[in-house]
Amino acid sequence: MTDDMKFGLPGKLSLHVPEPEVRPGGKPDFSNVTIPKAGSVRRPEVDVDPETIRDLAFSIIRVLNREGEAVGPWAGTLTNEELMEGLRHMMLLRTFDSRMLMAQRQGKTSFYMQHLGEEAVSCAFRKALQPGDMNFPTYRQAGLLIAGGYPMVEMMNQIYSNDADPLKGRQLPIMYSAKDYGFFTISGNLATQYVQAVGWAMASAIKNDTKIAAGWIGDGSTAESDFHSALVFASTYRAPVILNVVNNQWAISTFQGVARGGSGTFAARGLGYGLPSLRVDGNDYLAVHAVAKWAAERARRNIGPTLIEYVTYRVGAHSTSDDPSAYRPKEESEAWPLGDPVIRLKNHLIRVGAWSEERHKQMEAEIRDTVVAAQKEAERHGTLHSGGRPSMRDMFEGVYAEMPPHLKRQRQQAGV
Amino acid sequence: MARMTMIEAIRSAIDVSMERDDSVVVFGEDVGYFGGVFRCTQGLQQKYGKTRCFDAPINESGIVGTAIGMAAYGLKPCIEIQFADYMYPAYDQLTQEAARLRYRSNGEFTCGMVVRMPTGGGIFGGQTHSQSPEALFTHVCGLQVVVPSNPYDAKGLLISSIENPDPVIFLEPKRLYNGPFDGHHDRPVTSWAGHPLGEVPSEHYSVPLGKAVVRREGSAVTILAYGTMVHVAEATAEETGIDAEIIDLRTLMPLDLETIVESVRKTGRCMVVHEATLTSGFGAELAALVQEHCFYHLEAPVVRIAGWDTPYPHAQEWDYFPGPVRVGQALRDMMEA
Repeated sequence: MTDDMKFGLPGKLSLHVPEPEVRPGGKPDFSNVTIPKAGSVRRPEVDVDPETIRDLAFSIIRVLNREGEAVGPWAGTLTNEELMEGLRHMMLLRTFDSRMLMAQRQGKTSFYMQHLGEEAVSCAFRKALQPGDMNFPTYRQAGLLIAGGYPMVEMMNQIYSNDADPLKGRQLPIMYSAKDYGFFTISGNLATQYVQAVGWAMASAIKNDTKIAAGWIGDGSTAESDFHSALVFASTYRAPVILNVVNNQWAISTFQGVARGGSGTFAARGLGYGLPSLRVDGNDYLAVHAVAKWAAERARRNIGPTLIEYVTYRVGAHSTSDDPSAYRPKEESEAWPLGDPVIRLKNHLIRVGAWSEERHKQMEAEIRDTVVAAQKEAERHGTLHSGGRPSMRDMFEGVYAEMPPHLKRQRQQAGV
Repeated sequence: MARMTMIEAIRSAIDVSMERDDSVVVFGEDVGYFGGVFRCTQGLQQKYGKTRCFDAPINESGIVGTAIGMAAYGLKPCIEIQFADYMYPAYDQLTQEAARLRYRSNGEFTCGMVVRMPTGGGIFGGQTHSQSPEALFTHVCGLQVVVPSNPYDAKGLLISSIENPDPVIFLEPKRLYNGPFDGHHDRPVTSWAGHPLGEVPSEHYSVPLGKAVVRREGSAVTILAYGTMVHVAEATAEETGIDAEIIDLRTLMPLDLETIVESVRKTGRCMVVHEATLTSGFGAELAALVQEHCFYHLEAPVVRIAGWDTPYPHAQEWDYFPGPVRVGQALRDMMEA
């Protein structure tokens, strides 16, 4: 029994407020995170009765072991070539992040959010989808765009709100929208997209289409009511949707225990709704892909939705407006037992003889050049405070399909 | 032409729309098998099948949220919130999502959908079956807000709303579902049978959004009203003998300012009546616009008659509802001003 579970005498109540194990100045401690051995979790058939795999919501599906070998029943969904491409995607995202973080510090944009440590989740997931499928992402799944081949320059144009911004300067940086790349318009309001993903999937089923949807949410946002709404609707209508929970342990300064209490895992939330619920090593590119593929197949075969919890760690600050040293130990990410997704995939590829330190260094340099070139091109269109910017006229467009009279009057008043 | 109640007219509008366009889907609490607690969707599941018209869990943000996803896919959801009083759990989805999809995605994703909500009081509905939350929607850029006052308009406006490429909040005054109501609660209930606007074409037709209509021509004062209050205004004009011009706004957003301004410039007086509470109600917007556009034609201050700034009470229903007595007295006072 831990300290906070000691019970007092009857008659006097006290409120329980969860606290993380460690605060700044303390020694990082993940001893409470149980990590099963790679390859140890079974792989059920996709049409399994969810009742019979409840244990999978409390375990962690892992493929890569300490030696960098791919082991167990979830291994083998990707070729070495595909894995090298995956490695490249993760490195692109990481480099993109670091350049955009710097651009924000240089005042070229107002805001940025990194994916550091979470690259495998969105990059590997994207490769399990097919053209036409639709993601309903949060602000921390830009790997879906990068792995989906969306032009990086367009992402930067959006971040800079310049005159080539596909969203005409109307949206806060990183709130991308890319319909043709299966990437739904990002909203600042948390969890709203989770239930919209279910609706999109229901629409695909109503039309007897073959496309599936994926909803995305973070650990903190699972506490929002739309998380519950999404699970109810997905379960009721057996919508062809994959419901992803990215558990990176932190919701800004709030540790995941505040969203979850002491009640099992985030995957376990799905069980009460009758959903098959898997928990996966979010820093294991191979495991993420294998689980995503399993869930996609379930959805595509009209068997129903799947809930997946990706266990990972938010290595970077929440955003450029956040300083994590105020609420967690600086060295915590280094103590994270699931390691770094890029290094783990790199080591695997070296282990199987498909990769080398030299080639990795080469690729790092090549990626840096690619991102810098994209940045230069984007900056030719301007940054937030200098160069080209969207027109003031654009501000009035697109509120409605047809501009109503009062907006026309206001546009006129604005002198455009 | 057929004779229809507002319920039948709404049902007919949905039926016609589902028939014409198989991307129109209908769902909400009790709307499927049972046909809705007000019978507005009766028979539609039987006719179009369970995947076109179905029952939903009791979860308003889920109903609106899934509908937004469907609209983003390309369907045209026409969904129901059982009472406007229960739209609040969906307010986030309506105002931050449905209203903004087009703008924030620069047109990549749109949200052509209709959210039907029975609204208004006069039925002893108490606090949570009587509210008129239209001002909470007219304040949200990206939404359109419609309030019909009779069966003919209800069908035509609903068809226009379903065919509209943006989200429409369609508020149905439940007091008018079975017959017109002028606020004389002590008189026998009337039906749409004897009313000219109860004559409704069975086939497809539309009433354009954003267009008001003059229900009664007059020269003494302009009354701006919508929903149930149109009938109250009509009765009041007859009973006071004051030659009021009554405008049924029909669409609050976008608003037909032209018709309003033309009338007030002619009459020189303007009264706004609505059931919703006074402070920051839609009447404040109307009064401001009239003041702004008709200042030099006004012979008296713009008057607002509205629900009191209290939650909608039960026992005091008729002390609360702005009926013909209150509107009539205000009208007489105004003419003396």
